[in-house]
Amino acid sequence: MLLSLRRIPISAQVGILVTIAFVLAALLAPVIAPYSSTVVVGDVWEPMSAKHWLGTDNLGRDLFTRLLYGGRITLFIAALATALSFTLGASLGFSAAVIGGWFDEVLSRFVDMIMSIPTLIFALVVLSVLPSNTVTLIVVMGILDSTRVYRISRAVAVDVNVMDFVEAAKLRGEGKIWVIFREILPNALSPLVAELGLRFIFAILFLSALSFLGLGVQPPQSDWGGMVKENKDGIVFGIPAALLPAAAIAILAISVNLVADWVLNRTTDLKGGRGNG
Amino acid sequence: MGAGIAKLVAQRFALGVLLLLAVSVVIFVGTNILPGDVAQSILGQSATPQAVANLRESLGLNQPTYVRYFEWLGGILHGNLGTALSNGQPIGPELLSRLGNTLFLAFWAALVAVPLSIILGLIAVRHRNGFIDNLISASTLAAISLPEFFIGYLLIYFVAVRLGWFTSVATVYQNMPFLDRMNAIALPAATLTLVVLAQMMRMTRAAILNVMQSAYVETAELKGLSRFKIILRHAFPNAIAPIINVIMLSLAYMVVGVVVIEVIFVYPGMGQYMVDHVAKRDIPVVQDCGLIFAAVYITLNMLADIFSILSNPRLRHPK
Repeated sequence: MLLSLRRIPISAQVGILVTIAFVLAALLAPVIAPYSSTVVVGDVWEPMSAKHWLGTDNLGRDLFTRLLYGGRITLFIAALATALSFTLGASLGFSAAVIGGWFDEVLSRFVDMIMSIPTLIFALVVLSVLPSNTVTLIVVMGILDSTRVYRISRAVAVDVNVMDFVEAAKLRGEGKIWVIFREILPNALSPLVAELGLRFIFAILFLSALSFLGLGVQPPQSDWGGMVKENKDGIVFGIPAALLPAAAIAILAISVNLVADWVLNRTTDLKGGRGNG
Repeated sequence: MGAGIAKLVAQRFALGVLLLLAVSVVIFVGTNILPGDVAQSILGQSATPQAVANLRESLGLNQPTYVRYFEWLGGILHGNLGTALSNGQPIGPELLSRLGNTLFLAFWAALVAVPLSIILGLIAVRHRNGFIDNLISASTLAAISLPEFFIGYLLIYFVAVRLGWFTSVATVYQNMPFLDRMNAIALPAATLTLVVLAQMMRMTRAAILNVMQSAYVETAELKGLSRFKIILRHAFPNAIAPIINVIMLSLAYMVVGVVVIEVIFVYPGMGQYMVDHVAKRDIPVVQDCGLIFAAVYITLNMLADIFSILSNPRLRHPK
């Protein structure tokens, strides 16, 4: 374990450490947070001080506390949406590759059509009729993003599906479910894991954008995008409160990207692929 | 030969139109079959059933979905975009002026972003794996991780508030003098440029590098031509097709990126119009905006494909 740890490049090590720190901060928010996230504890937009490490927000709530709880909501929704998009996208993609024929054709053309509408625009159209709550958000984000996962998992599965060992399993008389879970899934896992990181970042950025537009997480709860929205009016008075949650999103996204980049390079190396050049 | 190309382009065009029709069905049906009643959501939960029924009647919601779909589509094709639920005004004129503002912003951002990204891409190839190239790769990684509002508010905080160079709120109105208008859109256009620049640069770099590995470039190298001349005279002309493709795709990306940026800078464009009316649950406006955004996006993607067919002889003979 220690040996393999040393072989991880510095950039990925930093990425892993920062990502773990963010997850821990989100999990332990109630323990770390010095104040309650909903209680007004000072003046509006107080500067940073020993009492309020990052100052206070537009209503006088402690910004550091809000950041911790906001991270919790952001990570929670993004993680569930990514899980949904992967379960849905990968199972449909694998099925399309294994079953083939009209099933594959109909599904692929449908995904093409959904992907021809920009994701944000599609989400805005759908959110204009659906009730605004967390479940809606997760389902909409998960389904829209599953189109990307579908494309990749289908492409990978089509390649694996023609391998000799899959042919052998089919001749042995194994069913489609066996082929998908026991033959294709293990061999398609490494490219999908790299993709997982990228989809997770996308989910965080997408959720933040929706909340920033006022269509994501609804007050009194707020995620990082919502906190930017709450505090944006301070910017013109030279109060940087809105920049902090935005920076948190940026730092988390960059760290996860660094890790995903490394996983991607590693899987291509393992396959004797193009490597780093 | 000429007829063959015309046929291919016509086919791609027909596919685009078909796609757009399918998308219009998805947008319309999607806003109709999803749970949630328009009349109910306008009047709120406390409305009497009679009031809801009356509103449904006056909005024409009692007709079958397909009838309303053809009425909606027919209206749009005749330039009639319907009326907004929230204020009863016709959507057409308002949407047209906002679309103009959005295109104005996207046009100036593209005018800066396209040449800049091509020049930087060329420099990256010239100094491949050097300091500048690494800097560019690193900035690409950062750029795809940064939310648009982070870049936007950083610019407002430092450039508009601290330095006082531009205004932070991009108000534009009709008959505004050109220079004032340019001053107002400076920061939103800069943000939009920064959002797409890294991606365009990286794709340009990849396109040129691809050409650089071909045999005729090696010949040019062995002839003793200078490296910059090889890139400019031999590699660049052959990389134009993929680069045009990159530009079209980035413009398509800009159309979407503009939504968030307009809200940041309170710019009266179509993105903000759409977002406002999503919050008000004004379905007709949302449908129209959604369709127009999708149409612009699909058109640009189609143009990218058509340019590749025209510029790459190998694509003229599909297997």
